[in-house]
Amino acid sequence: MIFKMKTYSKDILLLITGFLLLIASVFAADEKEVPQNIILNQKCFKCHGAKFYTFFNESQGKNVKERMNPYFVIDSATFYASNHKSFICTDCHSPEYKNFPHDGNLRMEAKFICMDCHGGDDTFAKFNFEGIESEFQKSVHSSRHDESFTCWMCHNPHSYKISARNTTNLSQTIAYDNAICLNCHADIDNYQMLTEKENPNILTTHDWLPNQKLHFSNVRCIECHAQNNDSILVAHLILPKEKAVKKCVQCHQSNSILLASLYKYQSKERRNQAGFFNAAILNESYIIGANRNLYLNIISLVIFGFVILGIAIHTVIRIIKK
Amino acid sequence: MSERIYLYPLWIRLWHWTNAILCLFLIISGVSLQYSNPEFPIIRFDIAVSIHNIGGILLTLSYLVFFIGNLTTPNGKYYKIKMKGLFESLKKQFIYYTVGIFQHAEKPYPITRERKFNPLQKVSYLVAMYFFLPLMFITGWALLFPEINLRNVFGFSGLQLTSLLHVMMGFFVSVFLMVHIYFCTIGTTALSNFKSMIDGWH
Repeated sequence: MIFKMKTYSKDILLLITGFLLLIASVFAADEKEVPQNIILNQKCFKCHGAKFYTFFNESQGKNVKERMNPYFVIDSATFYASNHKSFICTDCHSPEYKNFPHDGNLRMEAKFICMDCHGGDDTFAKFNFEGIESEFQKSVHSSRHDESFTCWMCHNPHSYKISARNTTNLSQTIAYDNAICLNCHADIDNYQMLTEKENPNILTTHDWLPNQKLHFSNVRCIECHAQNNDSILVAHLILPKEKAVKKCVQCHQSNSILLASLYKYQSKERRNQAGFFNAAILNESYIIGANRNLYLNIISLVIFGFVILGIAIHTVIRIIKK
Repeated sequence: MSERIYLYPLWIRLWHWTNAILCLFLIISGVSLQYSNPEFPIIRFDIAVSIHNIGGILLTLSYLVFFIGNLTTPNGKYYKIKMKGLFESLKKQFIYYTVGIFQHAEKPYPITRERKFNPLQKVSYLVAMYFFLPLMFITGWALLFPEINLRNVFGFSGLQLTSLLHVMMGFFVSVFLMVHIYFCTIGTTALSNFKSMIDGWH
Protein backbone atom coordinates (compact mmCIF):
# COMPACT_ATOMS: atom_id res chain seq x y z
CA MET A 1 0.00 0.00 0.00
CA ILE A 2 2.75 2.37 0.97
CA PHE A 3 4.63 1.41 -2.20
CA LYS A 4 1.56 2.20 -4.32
CA MET A 5 1.08 5.61 -2.73
CA LYS A 6 4.71 6.47 -3.39
CA THR A 7 4.27 5.50 -7.05
CA TYR A 8 1.11 7.67 -7.33
CA SER A 9 2.76 10.70 -5.72
CA LYS A 10 5.70 10.33 -8.10
CA ASP A 11 3.27 10.30 -11.05
CA ILE A 12 1.39 13.32 -9.74
CA LEU A 13 4.66 15.19 -9.22
CA LEU A 14 5.73 14.38 -12.77
CA LEU A 15 2.35 15.47 -14.08
CA ILE A 16 2.48 18.82 -12.26
CA THR A 17 6.08 19.43 -13.35
CA GLY A 18 5.16 18.63 -16.96
CA PHE A 19 2.16 20.96 -16.77
CA LEU A 20 4.23 23.80 -15.32
CA LEU A 21 6.90 23.32 -17.99
CA LEU A 22 4.20 23.44 -20.65
CA ILE A 23 2.83 26.73 -19.26
CA ALA A 24 6.36 28.13 -18.94
CA SER A 25 7.16 27.21 -22.55
CA VAL A 26 3.95 28.93 -23.75
CA PHE A 27 4.87 32.12 -21.89
CA ALA A 28 8.47 31.88 -23.01
CA ALA A 29 7.33 31.73 -26.61
CA ASP A 30 5.33 34.93 -26.04
CA GLU A 31 8.30 36.84 -24.69
CA LYS A 32 10.27 39.02 -27.05
CA GLU A 33 13.53 37.63 -28.14
CA VAL A 34 16.41 39.36 -26.36
CA PRO A 35 18.40 41.38 -28.91
CA GLN A 36 21.79 39.96 -29.75
CA ASN A 37 23.68 43.09 -28.66
CA ILE A 38 22.24 42.87 -25.14
CA ILE A 39 23.50 39.31 -24.83
CA LEU A 40 26.93 40.27 -26.20
CA ASN A 41 27.18 43.41 -24.06
CA GLN A 42 26.28 41.48 -20.93
CA LYS A 43 29.89 40.40 -20.54
CA CYS A 44 31.05 44.04 -20.45
CA PHE A 45 28.22 45.26 -18.21
CA LYS A 46 29.00 42.49 -15.73
CA CYS A 47 31.93 44.65 -14.60
CA HIS A 48 31.28 48.06 -16.16
CA GLY A 49 27.63 48.17 -15.11
CA ALA A 50 28.38 48.19 -11.38
CA LYS A 51 30.54 49.91 -8.79
CA PHE A 52 32.38 46.69 -7.96
CA TYR A 53 33.60 43.79 -10.03
CA THR A 54 34.99 40.39 -9.13
CA PHE A 55 37.57 38.43 -11.08
CA PHE A 56 39.76 35.42 -10.55
CA ASN A 57 43.26 36.58 -9.76
CA GLU A 58 45.48 33.84 -11.17
CA SER A 59 48.60 35.06 -9.33
CA GLN A 60 46.81 34.87 -5.99
CA GLY A 61 44.71 31.91 -7.01
CA LYS A 62 41.50 33.40 -5.62
CA ASN A 63 38.54 35.63 -6.49
CA VAL A 64 39.20 39.33 -5.88
CA LYS A 65 36.61 42.07 -5.51
CA GLU A 66 37.67 45.51 -6.80
CA ARG A 67 36.16 48.99 -7.13
CA MET A 68 35.32 50.04 -10.69
CA ASN A 69 36.65 53.44 -11.76
CA PRO A 70 33.43 55.55 -11.51
CA TYR A 71 34.17 57.19 -14.88
CA PHE A 72 34.11 53.75 -16.50
CA VAL A 73 30.80 52.72 -15.01
CA ILE A 74 28.03 52.66 -17.64
CA ASP A 75 24.45 52.48 -16.48
CA SER A 76 22.95 49.76 -18.65
CA ALA A 77 19.36 51.04 -18.24
CA THR A 78 20.42 54.50 -19.45
CA PHE A 79 22.46 53.00 -22.27
CA TYR A 80 19.57 50.88 -23.54
CA ALA A 81 17.32 53.98 -23.52
CA SER A 82 19.85 56.05 -25.46
CA ASN A 83 20.25 56.65 -29.19
CA HIS A 84 23.03 54.05 -29.34
CA LYS A 85 21.01 51.37 -27.60
CA SER A 86 21.34 48.91 -30.47
CA PHE A 87 25.13 48.99 -30.39
CA ILE A 88 27.55 46.32 -29.33
CA CYS A 89 30.28 47.75 -27.09
CA THR A 90 32.91 46.57 -29.54
CA ASP A 91 31.24 48.54 -32.36
CA CYS A 92 33.11 51.51 -30.95
CA HIS A 93 35.64 49.95 -28.58
CA SER A 94 38.41 47.61 -29.67
CA PRO A 95 37.39 43.94 -29.93
CA GLU A 96 40.45 43.22 -27.80
CA TYR A 97 38.53 44.52 -24.82
CA LYS A 98 36.88 41.11 -24.85
CA ASN A 99 40.02 39.83 -23.13
CA PHE A 100 40.59 40.33 -19.44
CA PRO A 101 42.69 41.79 -18.00
CA HIS A 102 42.49 44.44 -20.75
CA ASP A 103 45.72 45.30 -22.49
CA GLY A 104 46.97 48.63 -21.08
CA ASN A 105 47.86 49.87 -24.56
CA LEU A 106 44.19 49.80 -25.57
CA ARG A 107 43.69 53.03 -23.65
CA MET A 108 46.07 54.80 -25.99
CA GLU A 109 43.91 54.08 -29.04
CA ALA A 110 42.14 57.06 -30.55
CA LYS A 111 38.40 56.98 -29.88
CA PHE A 112 35.75 57.41 -32.53
CA ILE A 113 34.13 60.81 -32.86
CA CYS A 114 30.56 61.51 -34.03
CA MET A 115 31.48 62.35 -37.59
CA ASP A 116 33.26 59.03 -38.09
CA CYS A 117 29.82 57.44 -38.30
CA HIS A 118 27.40 60.31 -38.81
CA GLY A 119 29.35 62.35 -41.36
CA GLY A 120 28.48 62.02 -45.05
CA ASP A 121 25.81 59.40 -44.42
CA ASP A 122 22.43 59.92 -46.09
CA THR A 123 20.74 58.04 -43.26
CA PHE A 124 21.47 61.00 -41.00
CA ALA A 125 21.04 63.72 -43.64
CA LYS A 126 18.01 65.25 -41.90
CA PHE A 127 20.11 65.95 -38.80
CA ASN A 128 22.69 67.86 -40.89
CA PHE A 129 25.68 66.69 -38.85
CA GLU A 130 28.01 68.58 -41.21
CA GLY A 131 26.18 71.81 -40.36
CA ILE A 132 26.38 70.99 -36.66
CA GLU A 133 30.12 70.34 -36.90
CA SER A 134 30.70 73.57 -38.80
CA GLU A 135 28.76 75.58 -36.19
CA PHE A 136 30.57 73.79 -33.36
CA GLN A 137 33.93 74.67 -34.88
CA LYS A 138 32.98 78.35 -34.78
CA SER A 139 31.85 78.11 -31.17
CA VAL A 140 33.87 78.98 -28.08
CA HIS A 141 33.86 75.32 -27.11
CA SER A 142 35.96 74.60 -30.17
CA SER A 143 37.97 77.80 -30.58
CA ARG A 144 38.99 78.10 -26.93
CA HIS A 145 39.86 74.46 -26.40
CA ASP A 146 42.07 72.00 -28.22
CA GLU A 147 40.88 69.01 -30.19
CA SER A 148 40.22 67.11 -27.00
CA PHE A 149 36.94 69.02 -26.75
CA THR A 150 34.85 66.70 -28.86
CA CYS A 151 31.12 66.11 -29.25
CA TRP A 152 31.39 63.62 -26.37
CA MET A 153 31.96 66.47 -23.93
CA CYS A 154 28.28 67.34 -24.20
CA HIS A 155 26.76 64.28 -25.84
CA ASN A 156 27.70 61.25 -23.80
CA PRO A 157 27.59 58.39 -26.32
CA HIS A 158 26.50 55.98 -23.58
CA SER A 159 23.48 57.99 -22.52
CA TYR A 160 22.60 60.72 -25.03
CA LYS A 161 19.17 60.70 -26.63
CA ILE A 162 17.61 63.33 -28.83
CA SER A 163 14.90 65.25 -27.06
CA ALA A 164 14.09 68.55 -28.81
CA ARG A 165 12.96 66.95 -32.06
CA ASN A 166 10.37 64.58 -30.65
CA THR A 167 9.51 66.16 -27.35
CA THR A 168 6.08 65.74 -25.86
CA ASN A 169 7.11 67.47 -22.65
CA LEU A 170 9.04 70.66 -23.22
CA SER A 171 9.94 71.07 -19.53
CA GLN A 172 11.70 67.72 -19.57
CA THR A 173 13.57 68.63 -22.74
CA ILE A 174 14.69 71.92 -21.22
CA ALA A 175 15.87 70.21 -18.03
CA TYR A 176 17.65 67.49 -20.04
CA ASP A 177 19.40 69.95 -22.33
CA ASN A 178 20.39 72.30 -19.51
CA ALA A 179 21.81 69.37 -17.54
CA ILE A 180 24.25 68.88 -20.43
CA CYS A 181 25.64 72.41 -19.91
CA LEU A 182 25.59 72.12 -16.14
CA ASN A 183 27.51 68.87 -16.31
CA CYS A 184 30.63 71.03 -16.74
CA HIS A 185 29.49 74.53 -15.82
CA ALA A 186 28.19 73.47 -12.43
CA ASP A 187 30.72 70.71 -11.76
CA ILE A 188 34.21 71.83 -10.90
CA ASP A 189 35.76 68.40 -11.61
CA ASN A 190 34.43 68.22 -15.14
CA TYR A 191 35.09 71.91 -15.74
CA GLN A 192 38.72 71.64 -14.72
CA MET A 193 39.27 68.70 -17.02
CA LEU A 194 39.22 71.39 -19.73
CA THR A 195 40.58 74.51 -18.10
CA GLU A 196 42.54 75.69 -15.09
CA LYS A 197 40.10 78.56 -14.60
CA GLU A 198 37.83 78.74 -11.63
CA ASN A 199 34.31 77.76 -12.54
CA PRO A 200 32.10 80.85 -12.16
CA ASN A 201 28.96 80.44 -10.09
CA ILE A 202 26.07 80.45 -12.56
CA LEU A 203 23.58 81.84 -10.04
CA THR A 204 25.89 84.80 -9.36
CA THR A 205 26.71 85.50 -13.00
CA HIS A 206 22.97 85.49 -13.79
CA ASP A 207 21.87 87.55 -10.79
CA TRP A 208 20.82 90.36 -13.15
CA LEU A 209 18.17 88.09 -14.65
CA PRO A 210 14.67 88.70 -13.20
CA ASN A 211 12.74 85.61 -12.13
CA GLN A 212 15.95 83.61 -12.43
CA LYS A 213 14.41 80.31 -11.34
CA LEU A 214 11.59 80.62 -13.86
CA HIS A 215 13.96 81.46 -16.68
CA PHE A 216 16.23 78.53 -15.81
CA SER A 217 13.37 76.07 -15.80
CA ASN A 218 11.57 77.41 -18.88
CA VAL A 219 14.32 78.10 -21.38
CA ARG A 220 17.54 76.36 -22.29
CA CYS A 221 20.97 77.91 -21.73
CA ILE A 222 21.52 77.89 -25.49
CA GLU A 223 18.55 80.22 -26.08
CA CYS A 224 20.76 83.11 -24.96
CA HIS A 225 24.23 81.61 -25.31
CA ALA A 226 24.12 80.19 -28.83
CA GLN A 227 23.54 81.66 -32.25
CA ASN A 228 20.61 80.20 -34.15
CA ASN A 229 21.03 78.62 -37.52
CA ASP A 230 18.05 77.67 -39.63
CA SER A 231 19.78 74.68 -41.20
CA ILE A 232 20.10 72.80 -37.90
CA LEU A 233 17.51 72.18 -35.24
CA VAL A 234 19.56 72.88 -32.13
CA ALA A 235 22.05 75.75 -32.13
CA HIS A 236 25.65 74.61 -31.61
CA LEU A 237 27.48 77.90 -32.10
CA ILE A 238 28.06 78.73 -28.45
CA LEU A 239 28.95 82.42 -28.20
CA PRO A 240 31.43 84.16 -25.92
CA LYS A 241 29.63 85.36 -22.81
CA GLU A 242 29.91 88.99 -23.96
CA LYS A 243 27.73 88.16 -26.96
CA ALA A 244 25.01 86.35 -25.02
CA VAL A 245 21.46 87.68 -25.31
CA LYS A 246 20.86 90.14 -22.51
CA LYS A 247 18.08 92.33 -23.88
CA CYS A 248 14.70 91.20 -22.57
CA VAL A 249 12.86 92.16 -25.76
CA GLN A 250 14.79 89.72 -27.88
CA CYS A 251 12.53 87.05 -26.41
CA HIS A 252 9.75 89.26 -25.08
CA GLN A 253 8.28 90.44 -28.37
CA SER A 254 6.00 88.98 -31.02
CA ASN A 255 9.01 88.13 -33.19
CA SER A 256 10.64 86.34 -30.26
CA ILE A 257 13.99 84.65 -30.91
CA LEU A 258 12.54 81.65 -29.07
CA LEU A 259 10.49 80.92 -32.18
CA ALA A 260 13.77 80.25 -33.95
CA SER A 261 15.24 78.25 -31.07
CA LEU A 262 13.24 76.57 -28.31
CA TYR A 263 9.99 76.51 -30.29
CA LYS A 264 11.68 75.99 -33.64
CA TYR A 265 10.40 72.51 -34.30
CA GLN A 266 6.91 73.34 -33.06
CA SER A 267 6.83 76.60 -34.96
CA LYS A 268 7.72 74.79 -38.17
CA GLU A 269 4.89 72.41 -37.47
CA ARG A 270 2.31 74.79 -36.15
CA ARG A 271 3.25 78.34 -37.05
CA ASN A 272 0.17 80.12 -38.18
CA GLN A 273 0.04 83.88 -38.33
CA ALA A 274 -3.63 84.13 -37.50
CA GLY A 275 -3.65 81.15 -35.16
CA PHE A 276 -5.23 81.41 -31.78
CA PHE A 277 -2.56 83.13 -29.75
CA ASN A 278 1.00 82.89 -30.98
CA ALA A 279 0.40 79.23 -31.71
CA ALA A 280 3.96 78.06 -31.57
CA ILE A 281 4.51 79.30 -28.04
CA LEU A 282 1.22 79.52 -26.42
CA ASN A 283 -0.18 76.20 -25.57
CA GLU A 284 2.72 75.29 -23.37
CA SER A 285 4.13 78.49 -22.10
CA TYR A 286 3.59 82.16 -21.53
CA ILE A 287 6.05 84.87 -22.44
CA ILE A 288 5.13 88.49 -21.78
CA GLY A 289 5.23 90.44 -25.02
CA ALA A 290 5.47 87.33 -27.19
CA ASN A 291 2.10 85.77 -26.58
CA ARG A 292 -0.40 87.83 -28.47
CA ASN A 293 -3.81 87.13 -29.80
CA LEU A 294 -4.39 88.65 -33.19
CA TYR A 295 -8.18 88.67 -32.82
CA LEU A 296 -8.12 90.22 -29.36
CA ASN A 297 -5.75 92.91 -30.62
CA ILE A 298 -8.15 93.79 -33.42
CA ILE A 299 -11.22 93.74 -31.14
CA SER A 300 -9.50 95.95 -28.56
CA LEU A 301 -8.43 98.45 -31.23
CA VAL A 302 -11.97 98.57 -32.63
CA ILE A 303 -13.48 99.16 -29.16
CA PHE A 304 -10.89 101.87 -28.39
CA GLY A 305 -11.66 103.46 -31.76
CA PHE A 306 -15.39 103.54 -31.06
CA VAL A 307 -14.87 105.01 -27.57
CA ILE A 308 -12.66 107.79 -28.95
CA LEU A 309 -15.08 108.41 -31.82
CA GLY A 310 -18.03 108.54 -29.41
CA ILE A 311 -16.25 111.01 -27.14
CA ALA A 312 -15.25 113.15 -30.14
CA ILE A 313 -18.81 113.27 -31.53
CA HIS A 314 -20.25 114.04 -28.07
CA THR A 315 -17.71 116.84 -27.58
CA VAL A 316 -18.43 118.39 -30.98
CA ILE A 317 -22.22 118.36 -30.43
CA ARG A 318 -21.73 119.86 -26.95
CA ILE A 319 -19.67 122.67 -28.45
CA ILE A 320 -22.22 123.29 -31.25
CA LYS A 321 -25.22 123.26 -28.87
CA LYS A 322 -23.53 125.38 -26.24
CA MET B 1 -25.05 129.22 -8.29
CA SER B 2 -26.48 126.39 -6.19
CA GLU B 3 -25.23 125.67 -2.68
CA ARG B 4 -21.83 124.05 -2.55
CA ILE B 5 -21.59 120.61 -0.94
CA TYR B 6 -18.47 119.17 0.72
CA LEU B 7 -18.66 115.84 -1.13
CA TYR B 8 -15.13 114.51 -1.22
CA PRO B 9 -13.39 114.14 2.17
CA LEU B 10 -9.62 114.33 2.29
CA TRP B 11 -9.04 110.56 2.39
CA ILE B 12 -11.16 110.07 -0.76
CA ARG B 13 -9.25 112.79 -2.60
CA LEU B 14 -5.86 111.43 -1.56
CA TRP B 15 -6.92 107.90 -2.52
CA HIS B 16 -8.45 109.10 -5.81
CA TRP B 17 -5.33 110.91 -7.03
CA THR B 18 -2.99 108.14 -5.85
CA ASN B 19 -5.23 105.72 -7.71
CA ALA B 20 -5.26 107.91 -10.83
CA ILE B 21 -1.46 108.34 -10.97
CA LEU B 22 -0.83 104.63 -10.34
CA CYS B 23 -3.39 103.64 -12.98
CA LEU B 24 -1.67 105.86 -15.55
CA PHE B 25 1.74 104.37 -14.77
CA LEU B 26 0.28 100.86 -14.91
CA ILE B 27 -1.54 101.42 -18.20
CA ILE B 28 1.50 102.92 -19.92
CA SER B 29 3.90 100.27 -18.62
CA GLY B 30 1.30 97.55 -19.29
CA VAL B 31 0.85 98.60 -22.92
CA SER B 32 4.63 98.76 -23.25
CA LEU B 33 4.96 95.18 -21.98
CA GLN B 34 2.06 93.74 -23.96
CA TYR B 35 3.11 95.32 -27.25
CA SER B 36 6.85 95.30 -26.60
CA ASN B 37 8.73 96.12 -29.73
CA PRO B 38 12.51 96.60 -29.81
CA GLU B 39 12.20 99.16 -32.59
CA PHE B 40 9.58 101.33 -30.90
CA PRO B 41 9.95 100.77 -27.17
CA ILE B 42 7.56 102.93 -25.14
CA ILE B 43 9.53 102.08 -22.01
CA ARG B 44 12.57 99.73 -21.90
CA PHE B 45 11.24 96.25 -21.10
CA ASP B 46 13.02 95.69 -17.79
CA ILE B 47 12.13 99.19 -16.57
CA ALA B 48 8.50 98.65 -17.63
CA VAL B 49 8.47 95.37 -15.65
CA SER B 50 9.72 97.17 -12.51
CA ILE B 51 7.24 100.05 -12.91
CA HIS B 52 4.38 97.62 -13.45
CA ASN B 53 5.33 95.42 -10.47
CA ILE B 54 5.80 98.31 -8.04
CA GLY B 55 2.72 100.16 -9.40
CA GLY B 56 0.59 97.01 -9.06
CA ILE B 57 1.63 96.43 -5.45
CA LEU B 58 0.96 100.08 -4.53
CA LEU B 59 -2.41 100.03 -6.32
CA THR B 60 -3.44 96.96 -4.33
CA LEU B 61 -2.57 98.77 -1.09
CA SER B 62 -4.44 101.84 -2.32
CA TYR B 63 -7.45 99.66 -3.15
CA LEU B 64 -7.41 98.22 0.36
CA VAL B 65 -7.64 101.80 1.71
CA PHE B 66 -10.66 102.38 -0.56
CA PHE B 67 -12.28 99.05 0.36
CA ILE B 68 -11.84 99.46 4.12
CA GLY B 69 -12.77 103.16 3.87
CA ASN B 70 -16.04 102.26 2.18
CA LEU B 71 -16.80 99.71 4.89
CA THR B 72 -16.06 102.05 7.76
CA THR B 73 -17.19 105.49 6.51
CA PRO B 74 -20.48 106.81 5.03
CA ASN B 75 -18.85 106.80 1.56
CA GLY B 76 -19.84 103.14 1.11
CA LYS B 77 -23.52 104.03 0.85
CA TYR B 78 -22.99 105.71 -2.54
CA TYR B 79 -22.18 102.32 -4.05
CA LYS B 80 -25.34 100.57 -2.86
CA ILE B 81 -27.70 99.79 -5.69
CA LYS B 82 -31.44 99.24 -5.49
CA MET B 83 -32.52 96.85 -8.18
CA LYS B 84 -36.09 98.18 -8.17
CA GLY B 85 -36.43 100.74 -10.95
CA LEU B 86 -32.76 100.42 -11.86
CA PHE B 87 -33.33 99.86 -15.55
CA GLU B 88 -35.68 102.85 -15.82
CA SER B 89 -33.24 105.15 -14.04
CA LEU B 90 -30.36 103.95 -16.23
CA LYS B 91 -32.46 104.60 -19.33
CA LYS B 92 -33.37 108.08 -18.10
CA GLN B 93 -29.73 108.94 -17.43
CA PHE B 94 -28.65 107.50 -20.79
CA ILE B 95 -31.24 109.59 -22.64
CA TYR B 96 -29.99 112.66 -20.76
CA TYR B 97 -26.38 112.02 -21.82
CA THR B 98 -27.30 111.34 -25.45
CA VAL B 99 -30.12 113.84 -26.02
CA GLY B 100 -31.03 115.99 -23.04
CA ILE B 101 -27.57 117.36 -22.41
CA PHE B 102 -27.54 118.97 -25.85
CA GLN B 103 -30.94 120.59 -25.20
CA HIS B 104 -29.75 121.93 -21.82
CA ALA B 105 -32.38 119.80 -20.09
CA GLU B 106 -32.49 119.44 -16.29
CA LYS B 107 -30.24 116.69 -14.94
CA PRO B 108 -32.50 113.75 -14.04
CA TYR B 109 -30.34 112.84 -11.04
CA PRO B 110 -28.51 115.97 -9.81
CA ILE B 111 -25.80 115.57 -7.21
CA THR B 112 -26.91 115.91 -3.59
CA ARG B 113 -25.31 115.04 -0.28
CA GLU B 114 -27.20 111.72 -0.40
CA ARG B 115 -26.59 111.02 -4.09
CA LYS B 116 -23.02 111.48 -5.22
CA PHE B 117 -23.43 109.36 -8.35
CA ASN B 118 -26.13 109.23 -10.97
CA PRO B 119 -27.41 105.69 -11.78
CA LEU B 120 -25.06 105.18 -14.73
CA GLN B 121 -22.08 106.33 -12.69
CA LYS B 122 -23.10 104.13 -9.78
CA VAL B 123 -23.31 100.97 -11.91
CA SER B 124 -20.12 101.67 -13.84
CA TYR B 125 -18.13 102.55 -10.68
CA LEU B 126 -19.50 99.49 -8.94
CA VAL B 127 -18.46 97.19 -11.78
CA ALA B 128 -15.04 98.85 -12.12
CA MET B 129 -14.25 98.97 -8.41
CA TYR B 130 -15.79 95.71 -7.23
CA PHE B 131 -15.36 93.48 -10.27
CA PHE B 132 -12.70 94.66 -12.74
CA LEU B 133 -10.16 95.83 -10.18
CA PRO B 134 -10.37 92.82 -7.80
CA LEU B 135 -10.03 90.48 -10.78
CA MET B 136 -7.11 92.56 -11.99
CA PHE B 137 -5.42 92.31 -8.58
CA ILE B 138 -5.95 88.56 -8.30
CA THR B 139 -4.55 87.90 -11.78
CA GLY B 140 -1.79 90.49 -11.32
CA TRP B 141 -0.52 88.92 -8.11
CA ALA B 142 -0.75 85.49 -9.74
CA LEU B 143 1.51 86.80 -12.52
CA LEU B 144 3.87 88.30 -9.95
CA PHE B 145 4.29 84.79 -8.52
CA PRO B 146 3.94 82.71 -11.72
CA GLU B 147 4.75 79.43 -9.99
CA ILE B 148 1.39 79.51 -8.13
CA ASN B 149 -0.55 79.31 -11.42
CA LEU B 150 -1.97 76.07 -12.70
CA ARG B 151 0.38 74.75 -15.34
CA ASN B 152 -2.32 73.44 -17.59
CA VAL B 153 -6.00 74.33 -17.86
CA PHE B 154 -7.89 72.34 -20.49
CA GLY B 155 -4.80 72.12 -22.66
CA PHE B 156 -3.85 75.79 -22.32
CA SER B 157 -1.13 77.26 -20.17
CA GLY B 158 -2.69 78.42 -16.89
CA LEU B 159 -0.31 81.35 -16.90
CA GLN B 160 -1.50 82.29 -20.37
CA LEU B 161 -5.15 82.33 -19.32
CA THR B 162 -4.34 84.34 -16.18
CA SER B 163 -2.48 86.84 -18.33
CA LEU B 164 -5.33 87.00 -20.82
CA LEU B 165 -7.77 87.84 -18.03
CA HIS B 166 -5.33 90.40 -16.60
CA VAL B 167 -4.87 92.11 -19.97
CA MET B 168 -8.63 92.15 -20.57
CA MET B 169 -9.25 93.76 -17.18
CA GLY B 170 -6.50 96.27 -17.97
CA PHE B 171 -8.25 97.05 -21.21
CA PHE B 172 -11.64 97.57 -19.52
CA VAL B 173 -10.10 99.79 -16.86
CA SER B 174 -8.40 101.84 -19.61
CA VAL B 175 -11.74 102.29 -21.39
CA PHE B 176 -13.36 103.19 -18.07
CA LEU B 177 -10.62 105.76 -17.41
CA MET B 178 -11.11 107.42 -20.81
CA VAL B 179 -14.88 107.68 -20.39
CA HIS B 180 -14.50 108.74 -16.74
CA ILE B 181 -12.14 111.59 -17.61
CA TYR B 182 -14.39 112.75 -20.43
CA PHE B 183 -17.53 112.72 -18.29
CA CYS B 184 -15.68 114.74 -15.66
CA THR B 185 -15.68 117.58 -18.17
CA ILE B 186 -19.50 117.59 -18.04
CA GLY B 187 -19.76 119.84 -15.02
CA THR B 188 -20.76 123.45 -14.39
CA THR B 189 -17.63 124.23 -16.35
CA ALA B 190 -15.30 121.79 -18.09
CA LEU B 191 -12.86 121.94 -15.16
CA SER B 192 -15.21 122.27 -12.19
CA ASN B 193 -15.37 118.53 -11.44
CA PHE B 194 -11.58 118.30 -11.50
CA LYS B 195 -11.40 121.22 -9.04
CA SER B 196 -13.96 119.45 -6.83
CA MET B 197 -11.69 116.47 -6.54
CA ILE B 198 -8.90 118.82 -5.42
CA ASP B 199 -10.69 120.94 -2.80
CA GLY B 200 -13.49 118.52 -1.94
CA TRP B 201 -16.35 120.95 -2.65
CA HIS B 202 -18.91 120.30 -5.33
